[in-house]
Amino acid sequence: MTRLPVAKTYKLFIGGAFPRSESGRSYEIEGANVALGSRKDVRDAVRAAREAFPRWAGMTAYNRGQVLYRVAEIMEGRRAQFEELAGDQAEVDAAIDTWVWYAGWADKLAQVLGTSNPVAGPYFNFTIPEPTGVAGIVAPEAPPLLGLVERLAPALVGGNAVVVLASERQPLAAITLAEVLATSDVPGGAVNILTGRKSELCTVLAGHMDVNALDLAGVVGDSTELERLAADNVKRVVRNGDGYSPWHAAAFLELKTVWHPIGV
Amino acid sequence: MTEIDKKQDRSPVPSAFDYAPAPESRDVVALEDRYGLFIGGEFVEPRSGELHPSVSPSSEEELAEVAYAGPEDVDMAVGAARAAFENGWSSWPAGERAKIIYRIARILQERAREFAVLESLDGGKPIRESRDVDLPLAAAHFFYYAGWADKLEYAFPNRTPRPLGVAAQIIPWNFPMLMLAWKVAPALAAGNTVVLKPAETTPLTALLFADVLRQAEVPPGVVNIVTGDGRAGSELVKHPDVDKVAFTGSTEVGKEIQRAVAGTKKKLTLELGGKAANVIFDDAPLDQAVEGIVNGIYFNQGHVCCAGSRLLVQESIYDQTIKKLKRRMSNLRVGDPLDKNTDIGAINSKAQLERIQELVRSGEEEGADVFQPECRLPEKGWWFAPTVFTNVAQSYRIAQEEIFGPVLSVLTFRTPDEAIEKANNTPYGLAAGVWTEKGSRILSMAQRLRAGVVWANTYNRFDPTSPFGGYKESGFGREGGLHGLEAYVRFD
Amino acid sequence: MAQAPALPHGFELPLLPRLPKIGSIDQVAIEERAATLAKRSIKRESKLFALELAVRMTDLTTLEGSDTPGKVAALASKAIRPDPVDPTIPSVAAVCVYPNLVPHALERVEGTGVKVASVATAFPSGQSPTDIKVEDARRAAELGAHEIDMVIDRGAFLSGNYAKVYDEVRQVKEAIGDAHLKVILETGELGTYDNVRRASLLAIAGGADFVKTSTGKINPAATLPVTLVMLEAVRDVFEETGKRIGVKPAGGIRRAKQAVQHLVVVNETLGPEWLTPDLFRFGASSLLNDLLLQIRKEKTGRYQSPDYFTLD
Repeated sequence: MTRLPVAKTYKLFIGGAFPRSESGRSYEIEGANVALGSRKDVRDAVRAAREAFPRWAGMTAYNRGQVLYRVAEIMEGRRAQFEELAGDQAEVDAAIDTWVWYAGWADKLAQVLGTSNPVAGPYFNFTIPEPTGVAGIVAPEAPPLLGLVERLAPALVGGNAVVVLASERQPLAAITLAEVLATSDVPGGAVNILTGRKSELCTVLAGHMDVNALDLAGVVGDSTELERLAADNVKRVVRNGDGYSPWHAAAFLELKTVWHPIGV
Repeated sequence: MTEIDKKQDRSPVPSAFDYAPAPESRDVVALEDRYGLFIGGEFVEPRSGELHPSVSPSSEEELAEVAYAGPEDVDMAVGAARAAFENGWSSWPAGERAKIIYRIARILQERAREFAVLESLDGGKPIRESRDVDLPLAAAHFFYYAGWADKLEYAFPNRTPRPLGVAAQIIPWNFPMLMLAWKVAPALAAGNTVVLKPAETTPLTALLFADVLRQAEVPPGVVNIVTGDGRAGSELVKHPDVDKVAFTGSTEVGKEIQRAVAGTKKKLTLELGGKAANVIFDDAPLDQAVEGIVNGIYFNQGHVCCAGSRLLVQESIYDQTIKKLKRRMSNLRVGDPLDKNTDIGAINSKAQLERIQELVRSGEEEGADVFQPECRLPEKGWWFAPTVFTNVAQSYRIAQEEIFGPVLSVLTFRTPDEAIEKANNTPYGLAAGVWTEKGSRILSMAQRLRAGVVWANTYNRFDPTSPFGGYKESGFGREGGLHGLEAYVRFD
Repeated sequence: MAQAPALPHGFELPLLPRLPKIGSIDQVAIEERAATLAKRSIKRESKLFALELAVRMTDLTTLEGSDTPGKVAALASKAIRPDPVDPTIPSVAAVCVYPNLVPHALERVEGTGVKVASVATAFPSGQSPTDIKVEDARRAAELGAHEIDMVIDRGAFLSGNYAKVYDEVRQVKEAIGDAHLKVILETGELGTYDNVRRASLLAIAGGADFVKTSTGKINPAATLPVTLVMLEAVRDVFEETGKRIGVKPAGGIRRAKQAVQHLVVVNETLGPEWLTPDLFRFGASSLLNDLLLQIRKEKTGRYQSPDYFTLD
C-alpha cells in the first residue's frame, strides 16, 4: 500500500499560536478545510496584537530589520511550498524580495521620514516616526502571497502590530506565511492572520475601537461603510497606499515632535 | 546743610503698584459694516441671503455683519477654486508661486498690528498673544512654505509631487489667523487652490486677509473665503468637486467629517481635540515649571487643543508646586483683551462659556477641590477666572473631557511608570509636557508619551518648521514643517 | 562647617546630596519670563511712584582707584539732594564707597538718613586670605559704615568649595556687628543661573541680609533674568523660613526704564511688600540722572536734555 500523505490543518494565527476558530467553523477552499474566523477571533487577534505591540515597537530598528530579513530567509527555504500555493515562481521571488526590501527600511525610516527642525528660538526640535499601534489589514484577494506581503511588510517594519484578514478565496498562502512568521523571531502577536468571510470580518475590524489604522486594499466592493466605522475612533485609513515606498510605511506611522530648550 | 538738603522722603509704598490699562488703539482697524463672501477675487452677496453679526466676546458689541454661506454659495466658491486651479494656478511656474506667497508673508508682517488688534477684538484673546504669537507665527508660516513652493521635489525623494486640486479648509475660532496660515500656506505652496471656511464666531481677520490677497495680487479664485456656520462647513466637505479636506476643531466634528468623506477619493487631514498631560517630576526647575503650567493651560484662555489641561505632579513636590501655582495664578490679569498687560482675555462665545461652567460644576459635584484667585471680571462680555482643581481622580469628567477653557485638573503620581500610565490613559494624543532635569528621563518620557508633540521643559511652543498634529483621536496628518506638505500633494 | 540659624530648603542635608534639592533654573524659560515681564506697562501715576521709588532704592556708587574725599563729598551731596531744582525728589538709600572713604561719606550724610555702604573683603576679586577679608569688613564697619557689601570667593565657589564660601559669609556677618550685610555673588563669573541660585542660597544661609548681583567690574552684571533668579531664591527662603532677604542688582542698570522693569519683576515675584529700600536696592551711578530726567519729563510732559542735571 502506498503511504498516505499527512494533510495539514489550516488554522488561524493568533498571538503566535495556531488556534482553530473559536466558533469551530471552517470552510472548504483550495482543497482544504480552512478556519472560518468569527467576530470573537477578530477580538482575540486585536487583543494579541495590542499586547505584542510594545515589545515589537520597542525592539531596536536593527533588530526589526533582522527579523524581517529572517522572514525572507525562511521563505526562501520553503519556496517550493509557496510556489504551489501562489500563482507562479515570479510571485514568490517578488514576495521574498519585498521582505528583504522592507527589512532594509527598518533602520532608515526615521532618517528619511524624520527631521530636525530649525525653529526660530533657543530650542532643539526634532520629529521622529513612531508606529501608530495596531493596524488592521484587509489583504488583497490576489495575488494571494505577494498581495499580502506587499501590504503586511510596510505596516510591520515601522513597529506596528498587525491583524490581517487573508484572501478569502486563496487563504492557504497566508497561513503558510504564518508558519514562516512563527519561526522567524517575529514576536507572538505582532502578526495575526485570520481567514474567513471578509463580509463578516471587515466590519468587526473596521469598527474595533482598539485598532489604530486600517488598510482597505483587499476590500471587495464598496468600502464606504467600513470607512465610516473607522471614523468612530479616527483610524488612519489606507486606501491604495504608495506601494514600494517609505511613504506606504509612513501611512502606518505617527510623527512625534519633541521640543527642548537649549540653555546652560 | 539746609533742612531741604537733609529732606528724606519716607512716604509709604502705595499699596497698588498698578499696571496701566494700556489698550492698543482700535483705530488701526477699519471695519466695513457688512461683509459678503470672498469668491473669485471679490466680495459677493450671499445667495443664501443670510447675514449675522460677529460679536466681540469682551464687550458683546456687534462688530460687523457677516454672510452665512448656503449650498449655492459653497458651490460657487468651489467652482471658482476649480476654475482658478484649471485655468492657470496649477501651471504657474513654481518660483513665481513662491514669490506670491512670500508677498503674503511680507504684507502680513507690515499689517501685523492691524490684524492683531482685530484678532483680539473679534476673538477675545489678549493682544499680548495676538501681537507676539499669532501674527508673527502666521507670517512666518507663509514665509516658510513660500520657500517650499519651488522645492517640492526635494521634500519627497524619488517621487514627483503634484497638487491635489481644490482644498476645502475649515478652521476653528481659537487661533483664527494662525490656523488660516497653517492651512492656506502649504496648500498654495503645493499648487492647490483653496476654499476656506473660518469659524462662525471669528470670521473678521479672514475677511481682512482678503485684502492681503488683493495687495499680493493673488489670482482670483485661488483663495476663496466663505463665512458661515457648521452648515457651510458640511456643504463644503460634501462637495463632490473638492479634492482635499483639512479640518481643525473638535473630535466630534472631526469624526463627522471623516464619515462624510468615507468612500470618496478626498484626501483628509484632521487636527482635533486633546487632553494633554503636563508631567512635573520632583527634580524639575520648579519656578519655570510653574510658568510652564500656567502657560500650558491659561494661554489663550485655555482655548488650545494642545493645552496642558491635566497636570501630573510627583507626590513628593505636590504641596510646594500647588502653593507656587496658586500664588502665580493670583498674578494673572483677566480683562480687556486689547490691554497689553492682560494675561487672560474673554471666553470666545457664550456657548463656550456655558460649556466651561457646566464642566466646572461637574468637577465640584464629583468632589474635586476648586481654587480661583480673586479677580474682578468685567460686567459685559464672557469671562471665566483661571481655575485649578485639586484632588481630581482620573475618572472625573474634568480629567477626561476637553474643557477648552482656563481650567486645570491636578493629579499626582509616584513613579515614572505611573506618570506614563496616567498620561496615556486617554483617547486623545495631541500633546504632552514633561519637566525634569534628568536628560535620560526626558528622552525616556518623550519616547513613551503617546502624543504628537512633546514639550520637554517648555510648553506651548510653535514654529512653522515644526510639525504639529495628533495620535489617536486627536487626528491625523501633520501641519508645519516638511511633513505639512504631504497633506497637500499626491504622487505620480 | 558652622551651622546657620535659618537654613533654606535643602541645606539641612550633608553637602552633596542637598545640592540637587536646592533646585535648578531653566535658562530659556527664565529669560522668556523676564522678557515677558519687561513688556508690562505701568500707569502714569505708578510710573512716577516707581521712578521716585527707584531713586530711594539707589545705592549711589563710586568705586574707583581715583576716588578722593572731594569726589565722595560731591557724590554724597547728590545722594542727599539728587535734584537741586526739585526739592520734592527724595534722597537715595545710600552711598557706596571703598572703606578708606567711609569717614568722608559719613561726614556729609550725617543726620540725613542716607546710609553709607562700604565694599569689603578684598573687593572686587575676593582673592585674599580669609582673615584679611574678615578684618577688611570689620574695619569698614568700625569706620562707621552702616552696610557692608562683601564679595564671595568665586574661586572657591567654582572649584566646589561651597563650605569656604559659606564660612566666609558667616565670619564676616559676625565681624560686622549690627551693620547690614550685602553679599555680592558676581553673577557674571558664575556661568549659569543654577549657580546664581545656589550661590544666593549659600549666601543667605551664611547670614546675608541682601544678595547682590555684581561688583560692577565684570560684564555682564545685573540683568533682569539674574535678578529674577535671585528673587525666586529669596521667595523660596521666605516661604520656608519667613525670613525676608533683600536683593540688589548692581552694575549695568543705567536707564530708568531698566529700573522700572526690575521693579515690575520684584512686584510680580515677591509682591509690593518687597518694594522698599529695605528689601530692594539698585547699585548704580549713572542711573540716578536718568531717573531724575524721566521724573521731570513725567512732571512737565516735555522731553529733557541731560544738560539740566548735575554730573557729580
